[in-house]
Amino acid sequence: MRVLEINGVEKSFRTPQGPVPVLNGVSLSLERGQSLALMGESGSGKSTLLHIAAGLEPCDAGSVEVDGVAVTGAGDAARAAVRRDRIGIVFQQFTLVPSLNVGGNLALQARLAGRHDLDWTDALAKRLGLDDLRDRYPEQLSGGQQQRVAIGRALAARPAYVLADEPTGNLDQATGDAVIALAQELIAEAGCGFLVVTHSARLAQRLDRCLTLDAGRLA
Amino acid sequence: MRAAFAALASHWRAKPLQAAAVVVGLMLATALWSGIQALNGEARSSYAEAAAILDGDRLDRLEPIAEGRLTLEIYVALRRAGWAVSPVIEGRVTVGGRSARLIGVDPLTLPNGRLTGAFDGGPGIGAFSAPPWSMLAAPETIEDLGLRVGERASSDRGPLPETAVARALAPGVLVVDIGAAEALLGRTSLDALLIDPEAPRPDTGWAEVAGEALRLVEADDESDLERLTKSFHLNLTAFGVLSFCVGLFITHAAVGLAFEQRLGTLRTLRACGMSARSLTVVLLGELVLVALFAGALGLIAGYGIAAALLPDVAATLAGLYGAEVPGALTLRPEWWLAGLCMSLGGALVAAGHTLALAWGMPVLASARPEAWHGAQQRSLRLQAGFGFLALVLAGLAIVLGGGLTAGFVSMASLMIGATLLLPPVLAGALSAAQRVARGPVVEWVIADARQQISGLGLALMALLLALSTNIGVGTMVESFRATFTTWLDQRLFADVYVDPAPEQTARFRDWAEDRDDVAETLETVRTQAILGGVSVAVVGRPAGSSYRTEWPFLAAKDDAWDRIAAGEGAIVSEQLARRLGLALGDPLDLPAPEGAWTLETVAIYADYGNPKGEVGVDRERLTGRWPGTASDGFGLRLAPGASSDAVMRDVEAAFGAGPDALIDNAALKVFSHRVFERTFAVTAMLNVLTLAIAGAALFASLATLADRRLAQVAPLWAMGLTRRRLAVLDLAKTAALATLTAVLAIPLGLAVAWLLVAVVNVEAFGWRLPLHIFPGQWAALMALTLGVALLAGALPALRLARMAPARLVKIFAEER
Repeated sequence: MRVLEINGVEKSFRTPQGPVPVLNGVSLSLERGQSLALMGESGSGKSTLLHIAAGLEPCDAGSVEVDGVAVTGAGDAARAAVRRDRIGIVFQQFTLVPSLNVGGNLALQARLAGRHDLDWTDALAKRLGLDDLRDRYPEQLSGGQQQRVAIGRALAARPAYVLADEPTGNLDQATGDAVIALAQELIAEAGCGFLVVTHSARLAQRLDRCLTLDAGRLA
Repeated sequence: MRAAFAALASHWRAKPLQAAAVVVGLMLATALWSGIQALNGEARSSYAEAAAILDGDRLDRLEPIAEGRLTLEIYVALRRAGWAVSPVIEGRVTVGGRSARLIGVDPLTLPNGRLTGAFDGGPGIGAFSAPPWSMLAAPETIEDLGLRVGERASSDRGPLPETAVARALAPGVLVVDIGAAEALLGRTSLDALLIDPEAPRPDTGWAEVAGEALRLVEADDESDLERLTKSFHLNLTAFGVLSFCVGLFITHAAVGLAFEQRLGTLRTLRACGMSARSLTVVLLGELVLVALFAGALGLIAGYGIAAALLPDVAATLAGLYGAEVPGALTLRPEWWLAGLCMSLGGALVAAGHTLALAWGMPVLASARPEAWHGAQQRSLRLQAGFGFLALVLAGLAIVLGGGLTAGFVSMASLMIGATLLLPPVLAGALSAAQRVARGPVVEWVIADARQQISGLGLALMALLLALSTNIGVGTMVESFRATFTTWLDQRLFADVYVDPAPEQTARFRDWAEDRDDVAETLETVRTQAILGGVSVAVVGRPAGSSYRTEWPFLAAKDDAWDRIAAGEGAIVSEQLARRLGLALGDPLDLPAPEGAWTLETVAIYADYGNPKGEVGVDRERLTGRWPGTASDGFGLRLAPGASSDAVMRDVEAAFGAGPDALIDNAALKVFSHRVFERTFAVTAMLNVLTLAIAGAALFASLATLADRRLAQVAPLWAMGLTRRRLAVLDLAKTAALATLTAVLAIPLGLAVAWLLVAVVNVEAFGWRLPLHIFPGQWAALMALTLGVALLAGALPALRLARMAPARLVKIFAEER
């Protein structure tokens, strides 16, 4: 079952020197249970594509459909609802809510979506090695621990797919490998799609498919 | 250095709102402080002018122990005995419907230089001291009274001498030769003899010459006016300090945030080879420039504030203390200098911490902001400890200390302590709320509010200060208003008040008693006596009249009026009772001309607005002890159905009494209320200004924090909360924090009100008010606080609601 369908997406950014094209007619799709790596050099547009796939930014042309719901042309509230109910996002900077403890961060999106399953959240916490850290605040965690919280948060609402932007970019290789292995395992169990933006060929090799963006086009 | 300066300054170009917050904070701090200093300086220079020329308080002087005892013969005898004394007569005259202080002096015997300045540009000493005489007045007095230079104006006491300008004189004062004063005021005795401090004192003591008619009052460093008005100026200064602190809160918050945001730049500069010393010098230079610029703006605003407040301050000083202050502002160079120094000093205090951080900053440490949770816990614990200590100090100052200073120390400690305790208390309240909160959004909002306390804490502390001051002063003023209104209704129980000219008194008495529409004629007499080293009024009232039923007492013996009628009892004003430590039943010796008159204190009464105190006795008994005491006026109680207008018309027709000498009850109450309202107009305006500054502090904090807040709200937005909803939540959170602060300000404000009423007022004015509670006022203030908070939070919320998604996305990714 297709959870993400991107067709002919174009995007450019306005600068004082004129518009700078970032994406030129990009199309891709992602099935439930499938993992996809999106690679490319810095400035190739992969993060922008990920933001469009997440409904964080609108595209200038083309269409995006998430789990059967059209995101293109949708208003702010509709795109927010799609994000809340159908997408889990893991950022390079972890972006945990600093004022909430680990338990609060883990359950946050699931509770926002009204799908908080305590057993599932508990299971995630145990599997991610966060069971004893629930009362700690993000600043009291290591980078690897923070990234595991971010993955748990993304999965707690059982999204249609998880988007990860350089999820191991801030981690050392061993920690990154461990975190990704765990994430893949849990995503497979949850039956979600998994789209990862990365520079790391090593990480890309572990996923089902790999696409490369070059100057805003899929190579 | 220049490159470093340019690199650091570029931050302000990128964050103009933050730059504005720093400037506005310092500007506001300087403005209100300097404005109040300008007002205080103006008033003090008026007192000094008055004192420098004529005020006997600065010289040793001899005063009569009772009115009429200092005769011309005693003066001549003292001069012959070698005493270099100079006579003074003082009274009041009404010119063009306005009252002025008339001082009669002998320019030839005045101690060296006391009147020299007054003749600059005026008549010569010859024209001043010989008939037809001339009268000296300051230009503003001439304008106020509608006088014309070179002309003789008329007054209620007869034609005045020719008016001449004397620039160095204090406002509201008319100076004439003692011969002219005697004629005008109809006096045969003197009020005081000033002793020349530079002339050698003869071997013969003054008491040997004057007998027991006089007493020596030693010179005082402070003039009478300075002493009386001290508390008023102290109050104004307290407001100035408060506003200064609130302004510094804004600056501190903005400078701290700017430092945090410029950490990266600072470390880069260090890494590029700049020493910690050079970096600190650059930061210091930047701070000095900002402080001077903001200080200059603050001084301009301060001048505006002072100019706007001066008429009300002048009215307050005239109403409460009879002190005349000119209505125009003269700014002295030292005022400008002091204002800039305050701005500079304030900037250094506000930025001291960040400068110290810059000095000790390690080059290789990561440029991450300080960890929130641990730092906040430590900071809250420390703050709570200091806050608690300050509260203990406040209690100790009240229990162990005494006087006005202890009252203010206690109030300052209480406010500082409560302010320091605010963030820990808010954090505790939010923790408790978090435990009972249901729903992820509400939980996040509360958790986020807890985190924001560190950023908004200073602004909320400023708000707490402003609100508690508002509640405290408001409660005091409203308590005063309630008490004053009741008191006025009870005190002014006659329908018409008449003050006929001395030669018409007897005829008026007969005229009033013959009228059918006058039910009762209440004549009072007044003299002066020295009690506890201060001249106080002794007022005689008819003990067998309506005074028995109408006169309000704070405390009285059951047979008070019987004892007064029998000449055995006296009623004492609260101020005097407190000053002399008199309680009911205590004896009171009045120094009457024929020997001490021992009376029992049978009642104590409130007498607001009379700082020196008053003793009340039976009228007949007083005139028996002080023969020839002049009438102080009449109160007429009209028969039922009689018209006060008709009686007043008849009085005017029969006696030609002008508007000052004839007034009805209603007009007197209106006038008294007007004086009251003007007296507190300054306080009300300062209250509003302080609250406005607190609002500005809140706005500045929210605006400067807005960028930092993006890291908190962006994840929520990514998880599906719309920008609009996040903005509404942010606004609601600001409103909730402000409301919670307002709730906490109520008990603090009441404590401040209690200190004002029970300690400061008693020390400053000599009377204590009953404390009334005004929940309506709190509700209005709550609504105002909510409005201020919503207004302060509106712009940042609006910016968040309209923020381009790309801006939020930047939080997640640095690259495109």
